[in-house]
Amino acid sequence: MENLNLFIRSIFIDNMIFAYFLGMCSFLAVSKNVKTAFGLGVAVTFVLIIALPVTWCINEFILKPGALSWLGQEYADADLSFLGLIMFIAVIAALVQILEMVIEKYAPALYNSLGIFLPLIAVNCAILGAVLFMQQRDFSNAWTATVYGAGSGIGWLLAITCLAAIRERLDQSKVPAPLRGVGITFIITGLMGIAFMSFLGIKL
Amino acid sequence: MNWKKSFIPLINPLSKDNPVIVQILGICSALAVTAKMEPAVVMAISVTAVLAFANVIISLIRKTIPTSIRIIVQLLVVAALVVIVDQVLKAYTYDVSKALSVFIGLIITNCIIMGRLEAFALNNTPWASFLDGVGNGLGYGIILVIVSFFRELLGSGTLFGCQIFPQAWYEAGYMNNGLMILPPMALIVVGCIIWVHRSINKDLQE
Repeated sequence: MENLNLFIRSIFIDNMIFAYFLGMCSFLAVSKNVKTAFGLGVAVTFVLIIALPVTWCINEFILKPGALSWLGQEYADADLSFLGLIMFIAVIAALVQILEMVIEKYAPALYNSLGIFLPLIAVNCAILGAVLFMQQRDFSNAWTATVYGAGSGIGWLLAITCLAAIRERLDQSKVPAPLRGVGITFIITGLMGIAFMSFLGIKL
Repeated sequence: MNWKKSFIPLINPLSKDNPVIVQILGICSALAVTAKMEPAVVMAISVTAVLAFANVIISLIRKTIPTSIRIIVQLLVVAALVVIVDQVLKAYTYDVSKALSVFIGLIITNCIIMGRLEAFALNNTPWASFLDGVGNGLGYGIILVIVSFFRELLGSGTLFGCQIFPQAWYEAGYMNNGLMILPPMALIVVGCIIWVHRSINKDLQE
């Protein structure tokens, strides 16, 4: 039940885009058509689902103060938490590399349409952001971390697909010249964020 | 090379080639830390420092990095610099460091840094890269300061935590606009800045 609550919260209330602005760069750049946006969203969700349990284990068994005590008494005082950022980013970069090879092999069409943004998932703030939030919130087990990853990923997927759909329609409308392109996209995202705020306070 | 030309990398990113509103990089942190001025300024300084030094380091070793693993190398250099910044902030400005929470760590994945490393530092000399880093950091900082100025002034009636609007206004019925503090308004404020900027620089319009 608690996990379900966390799942719903991370999709709608703590939405990566509308509440924390994480992953905005690719969000704005890849949302020109629904198909590509959906593909990127799935890729991000996939990386999140794998990355969170892995980094949870690293944090729990290597980085936390006293986490190394399973190695023996003399390591019980070790506190490696300052290494967190480097470790996390290295794990994420490696995961993305693997995912890139898998997609290239099995879905070349998606691979071509994602182009440069696939390797850039490594530097998508949504992934590192979710990992850091996971570390901050101190989840009690790897399963909760996975649920959080899945929720954040699906929230991101939802946001980018909605925006892409709106932008497809927007091509046909008359927007003032200085606002065309990026400007109007920002304002639409802001309005979507206000709409998402109505989910605030949902509790299961 | 004359004096003026060598400073192009420093001047350009301030307006014409601004990383946030023209190149659309580094949006995440630009929006998230701007509810108050103080964290915004600290964030701008941190990003400028990381960007300048990462640019210099990558530029120094640009001839020895194999192209196939350059992303990993860049990430590690940036991550190491961010760890240093994080520790310094924790030591000297603990409150601000708490307020920024994960966003200091997220400097690693700030697209401005990767973007500048890829686009500039890999092909230019260390000095030019340093100027480029400082210029882009300042360009980013300007936007942060503008956005946080409006959000803090209209949202809480303060600047850097000092009361700006006199108490008499509140007694006369003026109320802070609570919406400005909430995340979505940051997007709309940036949208408006882009609008103004592009009305002035017509060549940037799409």
